[in-house]
Amino acid sequence: MAFRDKQGRPLVAVTGMGVVTSLGQGKDDTWAALTAGKSGIHRINRFPTEGLRTTIAGTIDSVDVEPFCAPMLSERLAMLAAEEAVGQSGLAQEDFPGALFIAVPPVEMEWPQREALAKASGQDGDITYKDLLKAAASGEFKPWHDLFIFGTVADRVADRFGTRGSPISLSTACSSGATAIQLGVEAIRRGETQAALCIGTDGSVNPESLIRFSLLSALSTQNETPEGASKPFSKNRDGFVMGEGGAALVLEDAESAKARGATILGYVLGCGEKGDGFHRTRSSPDGMPAITAIRQALEDAGVLPEAIDYINAHGTSTPENDKMEAMSCTAVFGERMARLPISSNKSMIGHTLTAAGAVEAVMSLMTIGTGRIPPTINYQVPDPAIPLDVVPNVARDATVNYVLSNSFGFGGQNTCLVFGAEPKGA
Amino acid sequence: MRDVVITGIGLVSSAGEGLEAHLAALAGGTAPNTDPVTFEPFPVHPVGPLEWDRQIPKKSDQRQMEAWQKLGCYAAGLALDAAGAKEDATLKGRMQLIVSAGGGERDYAVDGQILTGLAKADNPGVFLNERLMGDLRPTLFLAQLSNLLAGNISIVHGVTGASRTFMGEESSGVDAIRIARERIASGQDEIFLVGGAYNAERADVLLIYEMGGFLWKKPYRPVWERPAEGGGMILGSGACFLVLESREHAASRGATPLAAVAAVASDRSRRKAGSVEGALHALSRQLNAKPDVVISGATGIKGITEEEQAGLKDIAPGAAVHATGDLVGHTMEAQAATGVALAAGLIADGKAGEALVTSIGHWRGEGAIRLTKA
Repeated sequence: MAFRDKQGRPLVAVTGMGVVTSLGQGKDDTWAALTAGKSGIHRINRFPTEGLRTTIAGTIDSVDVEPFCAPMLSERLAMLAAEEAVGQSGLAQEDFPGALFIAVPPVEMEWPQREALAKASGQDGDITYKDLLKAAASGEFKPWHDLFIFGTVADRVADRFGTRGSPISLSTACSSGATAIQLGVEAIRRGETQAALCIGTDGSVNPESLIRFSLLSALSTQNETPEGASKPFSKNRDGFVMGEGGAALVLEDAESAKARGATILGYVLGCGEKGDGFHRTRSSPDGMPAITAIRQALEDAGVLPEAIDYINAHGTSTPENDKMEAMSCTAVFGERMARLPISSNKSMIGHTLTAAGAVEAVMSLMTIGTGRIPPTINYQVPDPAIPLDVVPNVARDATVNYVLSNSFGFGGQNTCLVFGAEPKGA
Repeated sequence: MRDVVITGIGLVSSAGEGLEAHLAALAGGTAPNTDPVTFEPFPVHPVGPLEWDRQIPKKSDQRQMEAWQKLGCYAAGLALDAAGAKEDATLKGRMQLIVSAGGGERDYAVDGQILTGLAKADNPGVFLNERLMGDLRPTLFLAQLSNLLAGNISIVHGVTGASRTFMGEESSGVDAIRIARERIASGQDEIFLVGGAYNAERADVLLIYEMGGFLWKKPYRPVWERPAEGGGMILGSGACFLVLESREHAASRGATPLAAVAAVASDRSRRKAGSVEGALHALSRQLNAKPDVVISGATGIKGITEEEQAGLKDIAPGAAVHATGDLVGHTMEAQAATGVALAAGLIADGKAGEALVTSIGHWRGEGAIRLTKA
């Protein structure tokens, strides 16, 4: 029974990880920058920013795709992360023996494509969708159908890696990456598959998506010093900074991973989730949904709150999230929360939205593997309402066996994961 | 493994509201309601008028949603009513939710004005920024986000176990039912609300499918007859939600099952000639299907529709075959749930013993669901 958890379910091991962020390509580059307290946030030069309230982001500018658009970049980031993860796992690169769960940003046609259709329509007066439809009938734009429907990124990744069955494309807003992992864990526990490729990807920093968040007043407008703009848990935090990223994890039934001699990087011990019906963008004032998600994750992992050594925070740097997250963690961990290290990778990477939960899962496992906790940078003005050990500004060495990773999103999404060096009590 | 049963159905479409209306339309066999004019030359199957207040009591909630979300919220409410779950806050507080969804619609007037201006702008990038900052309604974003149908169901109906939104056109509809079923069967969860919604009366979705050359541009014809005339799909507006639960859970709360979801299978492949027919055979074997009725999600698209027809002749000889496309049109992410709803209704009425629901995606993804007597 060594490979079963306390509830008799198959243990879920992580045997491969890959990541690409604005800090670097590959988990080693990202990790080195992250533990050095380096920021990947910079001025946007991908498109003109005149007239925008926010002009900074953690875009990934080193990856080129054609045509340049969110689904193409998201696909490429997913591929890069998955190549690294599957490569590390030692499993076949083109015949992956399991299912694919991938968190992808909701896509739609973008302005360059609309402009091309408008131009092709020949309409030189007022342009309407009738004109775009007329241009579409030419058949000249056929590849854009495939490019801009929702299942395409997953289909291409499934095709590239030879994953089994129908791939799941999913969104739970800013907790999507964590949900992809949860779906993989559940499938392995059910015995449906012995391996799962779980990915979160987001390459959607374009004018319209930035403006949408901007109009909801969700973004930091402290553009003067881009690397200082994301300030989770600080009193002067004023919103999140959009980031891009991709992260992949190879999950395996621990027994079959051991049997094939794979190196186990850590375990996904528990998952918790709870819906919130309070508001479309704000969480319940009492924090109960987030608290419940954390408690469920701990319970699912068979881990008591006392065992958690570190919390990888959702920590977006919005006034609302950081306050609610601190309150929810304090409700679960009690007085100990004042001393329990909690830090936000988003202070350096920005908020990679759909990818965040997966990126932060990789960083949580790197924390366990290296015994080093990445800091929350830009912590210059503590918020007295959040009296936490946020690992301010400088990384810290510590023995970390169990990590809680939080992810929360618009639409009442709360998803929490517990990672461990070893299964508790196994 | 535990049995998974359907205890509530919420269905709206061009055929009306509720399961009974749809079963009556199916039995009647008349051509579906079609609007050939609004988006000419593209016919669509428009949803009938609904009294939104009956399922979405607050006007403020209605204002926050676009049509696809309102349709979904409405159908979700009908399903909760039918399952006898609507008034049970505790039950809804632990009910899980899986929604299959695309995205919300655009502001067509704003898009048109921006495109008109962009063509003449000295600095198009700056023009675009200024217009989007000035003209986009802040709340429109929340009506567009894929997971906000689930979010609205949580807010309006209090279904707050946890929600997950699957994307990926037709496949997402099958996989939402598949994962919900497996989670119940394995004992991971007890009760789910699962389904999807689609608004076909949108120039932006017509645009996507017209670019791909998938739309039918002539007067309505039944899906099986379209391939001979070039083929194509007619999109339909509608939504369908199902309440699924373990047989034990249904019994414990006195809910009456309509049918059992015996098994769900889905797959993908690089399509080539013959692959859809082959996939249907494989799915049918996997499900051990012996249906006496088939509810097909056939689109009418040339090639795959004939392949499905040929496959069904072998898989289900003698079975009555109904196409949801001929009843409600192609409702994309909502298609699989709609097929399951109709199949469950026929089984509950004693008109079928076992049903097979098919979902051959217009572009990719094949799925099938086997329903049996409860």
